[in-house]
Amino acid sequence: MDTFTLSRIQFGANISFHILFPTITIALCWFLVFFRLRHGATRGTPAALGWEQAYYFWTKVFALSFALGVVSGITMSFQFGTNWPGFMEHVGNIAGPLLGYEVLTAFFLEASFLGIMLFGRGRVSDRVHLAATLMVAFGTTLSAFWILSLNSWMQTPAGYEIIDGKFHAVDWLAIVFNPSFPYRLGHKLLASALTAGFLIAGVSAWQLLKGTATDGTRKALRTAITAVAIVIPLQIFMGDLHGLNTLEHQPAKIAAIEGIWHTEKGAPLTLFGLPNEKEGRTDHAIQIPKAASLILAHDIDAELKGLNEFPGAHPPVAPVFWGFRVMVGMGMLMLAVAWWGAFVLVRRRGQDLATLPRLLLFTLVGMTFSGWVATLAGWYVTEIGRQPFLVYGLFRTADAVAQHPPGMVAGTLVAYLTVYVLLLVAYIGVIKYMAEHSTMPTAAVAPPAPQAI
Amino acid sequence: MDMTWATALPLIFMAVMGLALLAYVVLDGYDLGVGILLPLASDAEKDVMVASIGPFWDANETWLVLGVGVLLICFPKAHGMVLSALYLPVAVMLVGLILRGVAFDFRVKARDSHKATWNRLFAAGSLVTTLAQGWMLGAYITGLQNDTWGLLFALGIALTLPAAYAMLGVGWLIMKTEGDLQHKALAWGRKVLWPMGAALAGISLATPLVSHTVFAKWFVLPELFALLPIPLACVGAFFAIRHVLHTPRVVQAGYGWIVFVATVVVFVLAFFGLAYSIYPFIVIDRLTVWEAASATESLVVIGIGVAITLPVIIVYTVFMYRVFWGKARELTYGL
Repeated sequence: MDTFTLSRIQFGANISFHILFPTITIALCWFLVFFRLRHGATRGTPAALGWEQAYYFWTKVFALSFALGVVSGITMSFQFGTNWPGFMEHVGNIAGPLLGYEVLTAFFLEASFLGIMLFGRGRVSDRVHLAATLMVAFGTTLSAFWILSLNSWMQTPAGYEIIDGKFHAVDWLAIVFNPSFPYRLGHKLLASALTAGFLIAGVSAWQLLKGTATDGTRKALRTAITAVAIVIPLQIFMGDLHGLNTLEHQPAKIAAIEGIWHTEKGAPLTLFGLPNEKEGRTDHAIQIPKAASLILAHDIDAELKGLNEFPGAHPPVAPVFWGFRVMVGMGMLMLAVAWWGAFVLVRRRGQDLATLPRLLLFTLVGMTFSGWVATLAGWYVTEIGRQPFLVYGLFRTADAVAQHPPGMVAGTLVAYLTVYVLLLVAYIGVIKYMAEHSTMPTAAVAPPAPQAI
Repeated sequence: MDMTWATALPLIFMAVMGLALLAYVVLDGYDLGVGILLPLASDAEKDVMVASIGPFWDANETWLVLGVGVLLICFPKAHGMVLSALYLPVAVMLVGLILRGVAFDFRVKARDSHKATWNRLFAAGSLVTTLAQGWMLGAYITGLQNDTWGLLFALGIALTLPAAYAMLGVGWLIMKTEGDLQHKALAWGRKVLWPMGAALAGISLATPLVSHTVFAKWFVLPELFALLPIPLACVGAFFAIRHVLHTPRVVQAGYGWIVFVATVVVFVLAFFGLAYSIYPFIVIDRLTVWEAASATESLVVIGIGVAITLPVIIVYTVFMYRVFWGKARELTYGL
């Protein structure tokens, strides 16, 4: 393999590994804020202990996820330079300030208040601790704001001029709030809520099945199912808006998603099939006539542009085509499971959650990491769908790569992949272990030796 | 040269970058130093050592992101040149940082039988990170030369930095712990003292030899006399550290912080010496600060952000350190 392909795989692997953890922590932190507030509101009643248990357990998961997000994020700030020096040399005037504002406004905020949030409860007042927790939640969300602004700008560039091949900023408001940004930010934040929600629901269901559930487990499960049941229809709606925006600005991506090879009026919707890029057709396609035009343009006879309009400037079809179907399929599954869970909860209001149908509990356990699958699939659609460009339509990915010997890139790729696989196994293993041993230390059972985090 | 924003801003950002990296080296330096010392302690002491840095390490590491971020944002050409040339040590450092960072959390959350493994990974990650950072610093000072002397020099600094970070870790532990562990920290400090001193002296002498540019800046009159306080102050700080390490009385009297502060002084002086040696280059002999800088309008935008946020960051960093002031206590998530 050549250096370009290897560097792309390496960056893809790093960013895929990284996004798993922010996707959890962005929303999980707001769940923690909610647990804290409920704990405060129920103080003096038996329910307070439950909210405290929920807060305690999920803070541990949060701390672990946050650490993994931090260390995998640092990797990327270096890889811009080690593997993609052309990116900052050409786009640095625009990408730089956006990244800089992320570091200055978000990274320090979350990293500094994280210490107080995690370990400061015995050292500061309740109010200060709640403020610190809010700062961390606010910081993670702000971080998503800046990085998605940059990512969206690479998809739908605006507010720039090009002088001697370099991008210069003309209008910062247009750059930050570029055309695809509001949709991408909304889509990502909702994806985070779903990922964290299904994680909480899945782990809590596992605890109920294993008999290690506490009152906190039940409260967390109820909160999570309620949240995902509300968020999933919003997400489907937001995804539709995002798709319409993509059609307007990146028609080649839509053509690859839908497998539309030639421009046509009244284009059919391909549910499944095997994209055959060599022959320029989808084999064994199962299609609904005119449905793609209806969904994308809200007109059954609308003309949709095909890949033939973008010779040498459209993404590889198969990964985008499949990525989209995995994401949408997972979204539908989430909708079914979330509403089923919510329906059962409403029907059995006031009953002990341990009596929930085992089938539902096992299904929730199976869906524990469904948010990861949907998130990664969605990111592959949008990022591979941007190829062969780094900045859509303007700057090609191949022009940014550093020409290292392929062996060196391959060697570090193997090293990164090894570390990532081991950490992923350890992460899931430790969450399972914590779920099965979820006792809260109380004054009576606290270990005598100093216990550090 | 006329001082306009176009000429001043690159210099200002060079200073911001340098200070961010200095803050990183000092702050994460004590984290990494404690990590390097970890295998020398008993299991219970290991918990205390990690507890002493637990609330801080994440914020400390963020200074590295800021330093590299400024390089990336304000000097994109230099960012590409430096990091492409340091491809392998950067990759090694990143793997080390990853292992160190996650081991913090895994070591107390995994089952007990796995704790020893995570402790080892914590120490190994700290050491590997330090070695790689030393190598990168060495390669950077030689202007990224790949000849024998350049590589030997990089190797020399790679082997020096663990001793210097360990001394920062010792200074930190003296302040944050008490009893047996504090005594052990003093003993560790006595062991790394001379290796650190010898290595620092060696580097100071070798740097002008591997770089003619540096030689020409230091060994001319009258600059030499103006610069003399830098090495002299370093020697003074060194003997202050030595005195405290050999005189437990001083520590008991509440002056143990001198070890940490004096080590920081050595780092700060070395930093200013280096800054003087390199100016006005960002990659020595190859690329000046102005050649590497981004467009002025972008520097203005980020400059406004720095001017507003950096003071706020410093305020809440100080607040965070005050919350966890004093001897390290057990870390728990609960009430």
